[in-house]
Amino acid sequence: MKELVIISGKGGTGKTSMLSAFASLAKNKALCDADVDAADLHLIMNPQIIEQHDFDSGHTAFINQDKCTQCGRCRDLCRWNAIDENYTVDSIACEGCGVCYYFCPEGAIDFPLNTCGEWFISKTRFGPMAHASLGIAEENSGKLVSLIRQEGKKIAERENLDLLLTDGPPGVGCPVIASLGGASAVLIVAEPTVSGRHDMERVAELAAFFKVPAMICVNKFDLNPEQGKAIEDYSRERNVKVIGRIPFDPVFTKAMVQGKTIFEFDGNSEGSNAVRDIWNKVSRSLELE
Amino acid sequence: MIISIASGKGGTGKTTVATNMALSLQADVQILDCDVEEPNAHLFIKPIIEDVSTMYTPVPVVDMEKCNLCGECQKICQFKAIIVVGETVLTFPELCHSCGGCMEVCPQKAITETGRELGIIERGKRNGLEFVHGKLRIGEAMSPPLIRKVREYARSGALTIIDAPPGTSCPVIAAIKGADFVLLVTEPTPFGLHDLKLAVGAVNLLGIPCGLVINRSDMGDDRVREYADNEGIPLLMEIPFDRRIAECYSRGDMIIAAMPEWKERFKELYHKIEDIVSGKKSIKS
Repeated sequence: MKELVIISGKGGTGKTSMLSAFASLAKNKALCDADVDAADLHLIMNPQIIEQHDFDSGHTAFINQDKCTQCGRCRDLCRWNAIDENYTVDSIACEGCGVCYYFCPEGAIDFPLNTCGEWFISKTRFGPMAHASLGIAEENSGKLVSLIRQEGKKIAERENLDLLLTDGPPGVGCPVIASLGGASAVLIVAEPTVSGRHDMERVAELAAFFKVPAMICVNKFDLNPEQGKAIEDYSRERNVKVIGRIPFDPVFTKAMVQGKTIFEFDGNSEGSNAVRDIWNKVSRSLELE
Repeated sequence: MIISIASGKGGTGKTTVATNMALSLQADVQILDCDVEEPNAHLFIKPIIEDVSTMYTPVPVVDMEKCNLCGECQKICQFKAIIVVGETVLTFPELCHSCGGCMEVCPQKAITETGRELGIIERGKRNGLEFVHGKLRIGEAMSPPLIRKVREYARSGALTIIDAPPGTSCPVIAAIKGADFVLLVTEPTPFGLHDLKLAVGAVNLLGIPCGLVINRSDMGDDRVREYADNEGIPLLMEIPFDRRIAECYSRGDMIIAAMPEWKERFKELYHKIEDIVSGKKSIKS
């Protein structure tokens, strides 16, 4: 079983639209939304939830006021300034390190496990899907990304599928790192802007750092062909396989507004033709039949 | 005053709004780019960088001469960053959250701290505008510590404009916590709306007043406007899709330079925010 992870560095370059389009084209696949922080794939896939689980991870300190003697030990030790002068823990600032809990001489501090999100196994018109939602302002998104990819792989293997298509998060930090490990390949969706170029260079460097083979396509290429070519040149130098250009095409937004993939909306648009061509190259590169 | 520019969804125009607003104002303004994973504001501001510093976060080193392998450090560590294996202690600096617990708990005083490189902070100026950004080291997972370090450069007398990262988890919280106002930038699409709702959830959790900019405002549907209306979130600006704006952005040019009529609009945007923030203050007092 292969896993393709779509990343971009910069947000809003078209990862989810691209993944949805691939869902229309690929055979025998499962889907995974690893952008747990701002998951959007379900808006196109309209999943019917079969399994729902809590995601428990990390702890938060809580001070029992009736036991607390306000000795100040916890406030001295806390490196997050999460305990105020009234000895109340700011649960948003609390890092969950447990140092206050461990050292409180009165045993006045509880340190319960957090439920910081949910994850789901669903059915969609394109096959099974693993997805998740992280609670607002929660931590541990990297762990949830690892978990949801594991679950995605499990259903793909259980159903004897060839491919897991994973929608990755933007950036280069913890959730992106968690989405790369063990992937067969990543596809970077770039945009031909100075920001898009800057950000794709960083995420390509990250993929190289973790030794995951990378491919790249440039979305909205005609917006600035000069930047688009510069991205392609950079990619070739870094052994990132250049696999196509997608023209600026309003079909992407129109399809999204209707909750459809671009192929369900208009399979013959310029954008759809370009994406079909890219998919063929991805599919060959992953040695899918 | 601190204004954080956030969005939920990436690529909606946070940096465009932050940089154009910052350069439209005559006041004492500083821009702090807290999207340290993918900072972009410098590509538009083009500051002259005056200072570069490497930032570190403390991680443990164990002196095996003093260590008696008692395992207390492993017990206190919530992040599996220090473990006793056979006759030695292994540390995993990349997993360490820098809480200092192992150092504090060690009965042999065998643990001291060294630094793990988070990335760099660059500071500079463009005309009168002060510029600071953080750049996360490639391979570093944790962005909030670097974001907090960038925010230490906020000056109380100045107008501080923070360009926040996308999403709604810890890095965003690090970039908006303590702000006087959060300006949310979205696009009128289902993805934009869905992620906007999450961002509004985060802003409400922190109890910060917010307002909305709709970018490419004629390219989707009306659901974002309806949502803002129902929630009572003031719509402060709309930027229609204009290929000239998109191309200007793609080159790293400022909209206010290429299309000067926008300068007044960004000034007006700031004045609306100022009114909301000062109004709030007068209600409180």
